[in-house]
Amino acid sequence: MDRRSILKAAAGALGAWSVRDALAAVGSMAELGFSEIPDGALVEQLLHALPGKVPLIKKSYRPPNYETPVEYFRRPITPNNAFFVRWHLAAIPQVGLKDWTLGVGGESAEREFKLTMDSLRKDFKPAQLTAVCQCSGNRRGLFEPHVTGVEWGVGAMGNALWRGARLKDVLQKAGVKSDALEVVFDGADHGALDKTPDFVKSIPIDLALDENTLIAYEMNGAPLPHWNGFPARIVVPGWTGTYWVKGVTSIKVISKPEKNFWMSAAYRLPRGRFKTPSYKSQMTEANEPITTMVVNSLITSVRNGERVPRGKPLEVRGVAWDGGAGIGRVEVSTDGASWAEARLGKDLGRFSFREFAHSVPTRETGALVVMARARSASGETQVNELIHNPAGYHHNVIQRLYVEIV
Amino acid sequence: MRALALVLALAAGAALAQEEKVVLKDAPGRDKAMQCLACHSLDYIQMNSRFLDKAGWTASVNKMINAFGAPIPKEDVDAIATYLAENYGKPSAK
Repeated sequence: MDRRSILKAAAGALGAWSVRDALAAVGSMAELGFSEIPDGALVEQLLHALPGKVPLIKKSYRPPNYETPVEYFRRPITPNNAFFVRWHLAAIPQVGLKDWTLGVGGESAEREFKLTMDSLRKDFKPAQLTAVCQCSGNRRGLFEPHVTGVEWGVGAMGNALWRGARLKDVLQKAGVKSDALEVVFDGADHGALDKTPDFVKSIPIDLALDENTLIAYEMNGAPLPHWNGFPARIVVPGWTGTYWVKGVTSIKVISKPEKNFWMSAAYRLPRGRFKTPSYKSQMTEANEPITTMVVNSLITSVRNGERVPRGKPLEVRGVAWDGGAGIGRVEVSTDGASWAEARLGKDLGRFSFREFAHSVPTRETGALVVMARARSASGETQVNELIHNPAGYHHNVIQRLYVEIV
Repeated sequence: MRALALVLALAAGAALAQEEKVVLKDAPGRDKAMQCLACHSLDYIQMNSRFLDKAGWTASVNKMINAFGAPIPKEDVDAIATYLAENYGKPSAK
């Protein structure tokens, strides 16, 4: 690709926006070398701070949906006060610790009981792990053609150290019957109207009994922020955020598939389109629930359209993550043809962001296209072309940033 | 008016100072579209523009009624979808 065609491609990626406008807009995805979010979304969004949060990219006020700006991904752990906010329903009660209880039971549990925060903390051995929480629809706004929903850019995700009780220990206390099929979670949130389906999610029983599935009451060594599920949320490492029920108040072990709207209609993928594991008790002939995250990466050190002085190496840094296999390698290219292996940062566990870095020499002037391609330890790689699906999930297209060496 | 009553009821309980800054374009059908406020802020509309045609907006409004229980009278659906398509629709769909 010669310089002229690269710049033409860059201009195409920016669409109707000039480089100057794109760089000035809050949360522009063209700045990150992606196709742009819908123009209405770009105009409407702004930086706004919810109580206890730094200014985040506001997508919607009610229910609150706020995206983390890209600069917070220049470190492997996302601070609590910058962690993205995603709610489906507008009524989000402020929960007091004294009033909060967690009901445990269900038809496939031997016993029913209620836990207080004190008992959750004291009666079960604490466990902790670092894991990425990513909205299923992260990068939905980058879909071409666009699909409806919250038009997220790249920041509907975060990586934190979660600490809490293992769900399996709590289920063991309840006694899991042999016919147990799924475990269902409900939180304190609800719709503005009684008729709106309550946000209730289930996971397969084997995943609920996995040692890594937690009822987390701490995030990065502090209580969870209200907006991220205080006082406790479910943590399902590797699986998309929809299952990480916030402000959890009820856990039920059930013998039949959970059929509410949020399981049977929302969060579904056309069957067989992705290589992610299937949630067998929830499959229909046409579709299946989203499960684990697909392998992905984000370059955080380079801006599209950036001019870099010749002779100074171009540092390509970012984070990579996947659905729990762990990151095997990240490769960087500046021509789309040859790929060099980037250095990986400290291993914080297979569910965590993994930092990567690669230094590109800039001996000659001209245009470069900077790309990063993550590969999971299980051999999955990011895609060149979007795998389109109606609800806008699993966008893991390789980023393309055009840089001019001057 | 029912939509206005809902808005006022919500304003009493929720922190809407920021949300009030989101204003829908003034055009015929706007008052009916304001019923969307019963469940969510109006920035959802702007956010999902401009890529839906009238059929797309009709599907969205029907989803709000059928899946989420929005108390929007059936006879208002066409007026709302027309307003949304004309003001927040795909440019070529106008």
